[in-house]
Amino acid sequence: MGLVKIRVEGVSKVFGRDPAGALAKVRSGMDKTRLKDETDHVLGLHDIDLSIRTGEIFVIMGLSGSGKSTLIRHFNRLIEPTGGRILFDGDDILAYDAARLQTFRRRKVAMVFQRFALLPHKTVIENVAYGLTLDGVAKPEAFRRAGEQIALVGLTGFETSYPAQLSGGMQQRVGLARALATDAEVLLMDEAFSALDPLIRHDMQMQLKELQGRLGKTIVFITHDLDEALLLGDHIAILKDGTLRQVGTGSEILAAPADDYVARFVRDVNRGRILLCGAFADAGLIAAADAPVIAADATLESTFAAFAGGAAALAVRDWDGRIAGALTPRRVMEALARI
Amino acid sequence: MTSGFPEIWDTRAFGRALDAAFNTIVANWGETLETVFMPVLRFIQGLEKGLQVLPWWVVVALFCFVTWGAGRRMVPVAVVAVLLMLLGLLGVWNEAMATVALMLAATILSVVIGLPIGIGMSRSDRMRRGMLPVLDIMQTMPIFVYLIPFVMLFGPGKIPALLATIVFAIPPVIRLTDLGIRQVDLEIVEASRAFGASPRQQLWTVQVPLAMPTIMAGINQTTMMALSMVVIASMIGAGGLGYQVLQGIQRLEVSKGLIAGLGIVLLAIIFDRIAQSYGRRVQANLHREGK
Repeated sequence: MGLVKIRVEGVSKVFGRDPAGALAKVRSGMDKTRLKDETDHVLGLHDIDLSIRTGEIFVIMGLSGSGKSTLIRHFNRLIEPTGGRILFDGDDILAYDAARLQTFRRRKVAMVFQRFALLPHKTVIENVAYGLTLDGVAKPEAFRRAGEQIALVGLTGFETSYPAQLSGGMQQRVGLARALATDAEVLLMDEAFSALDPLIRHDMQMQLKELQGRLGKTIVFITHDLDEALLLGDHIAILKDGTLRQVGTGSEILAAPADDYVARFVRDVNRGRILLCGAFADAGLIAAADAPVIAADATLESTFAAFAGGAAALAVRDWDGRIAGALTPRRVMEALARI
Repeated sequence: MTSGFPEIWDTRAFGRALDAAFNTIVANWGETLETVFMPVLRFIQGLEKGLQVLPWWVVVALFCFVTWGAGRRMVPVAVVAVLLMLLGLLGVWNEAMATVALMLAATILSVVIGLPIGIGMSRSDRMRRGMLPVLDIMQTMPIFVYLIPFVMLFGPGKIPALLATIVFAIPPVIRLTDLGIRQVDLEIVEASRAFGASPRQQLWTVQVPLAMPTIMAGINQTTMMALSMVVIASMIGAGGLGYQVLQGIQRLEVSKGLIAGLGIVLLAIIFDRIAQSYGRRVQANLHREGK
């Protein structure tokens, strides 16, 4: 994890006739419901602070109406905030004029959409090259680079097809290739996999993780699906009614939910798949010398096989090679049962 | 005779003032306007002469070529060829070509003027609110009313006929351009913004291409309305098939009116076929299915 790529400072968004006036009322204590009833303004986001680091997948998760799609559209200014600052590499993007903003969108951030939003009248390769042609890259060069991205997402051979001829999963690969083609440092993915059926969706999640490992992009990923958030996110921000409830890694959030809402939210998650051995190793306990060894960043689920094989305890080895402690079946069960 | 309605303001004086104002315009600007519209007149005359001088089969071939280019299908091409030859068989070839020239000029100018206005309306609600009643008036005002000022400005001839036709025929292009662009999927427009499209790039890479089927429907309607104007326009010197109908009325010759009328119908079908097959192809491009 590197430096901060995108920094969001106190961003608020009010929809209505007089956003600034309404925001002032919110700051002086009026809540969302009263704001709606009395002034007919909608509080979309309230005082959001976030830091997204270079090279991570940052998941913003929330149910519909939580403001997550509004928030992600602030990162490339498709929506302007009512208040607050947004820094990209330390640069205030709200200060950009129209021309600068265009260049920023062409080169620095790319976006993938829930319903793909491909250009139906253009072929796959024209779609993938779209961002480059907007930036004035000559057609042969744009098509060459688009071709590379098409190969990367496994769509070689479909260059001259039209989007409507492709399945949903393939269309979203075109969407992904289009976003990758401009070589932007940041990918904004707005519920990018939500419209796909479960198997394809899982394939795409795996492909995204694999691409991320290879290309090291910074990815902001929006989802309403907690499993997807936990699978993909290095950090997860949970959003409700336009406010941030908790930001942390998946296992941090599972281990210590910040409030009732988050707790209820994470209740049904398969904790074995998310919680890591390191967090639950008992440092005061020493496993037998011949006990199986497991890595601290392995999931609790991965201990099941060893216990099933008859081991009474597992030695947990930290990333630096030290044995951090031991795990017993009882400890694992406690972690899973959340006592 | 009075209607008994209280006379709050002096309508006769108002009428006189209006006429005087218009007369001043005619006196001062008439010649300038005529010079301005000279190239348009030349264009129509050239087009008309060209279509009449070329051997009929070359013209038929030209139409077939255009139809093929529009739709890439054989059936409309054959239909257009047969209908054109029917025009020749009816003995109204030259008149039909004169009408085609005026109609084409009116349609082209309507598109050139109407498209930007439609685009402007789609981008500004204020402009839309201002334009809609104007378009309503243009379409409901009896056509003869337009003829008066245009004839005064230019004298009888093709230019006033053309201008009156444009005023009458332009609303569908404007309305449907506005409608078509407003109906374009907002997500796709947003995607183009997200990739850094300037407003102009959004317009030409996304909005206009995706609105094309609707815009084409507007152009088709405009063509039909222009065609329906030819008889009236012939009263102020448009010539062509409309003039034949007019002569039929003046001389009470049923045959003359009927034949020229049939010719207009044939032209209507021809242009409708061309526009429709183009529209269908554009539509198909947008919603291609299967491999």
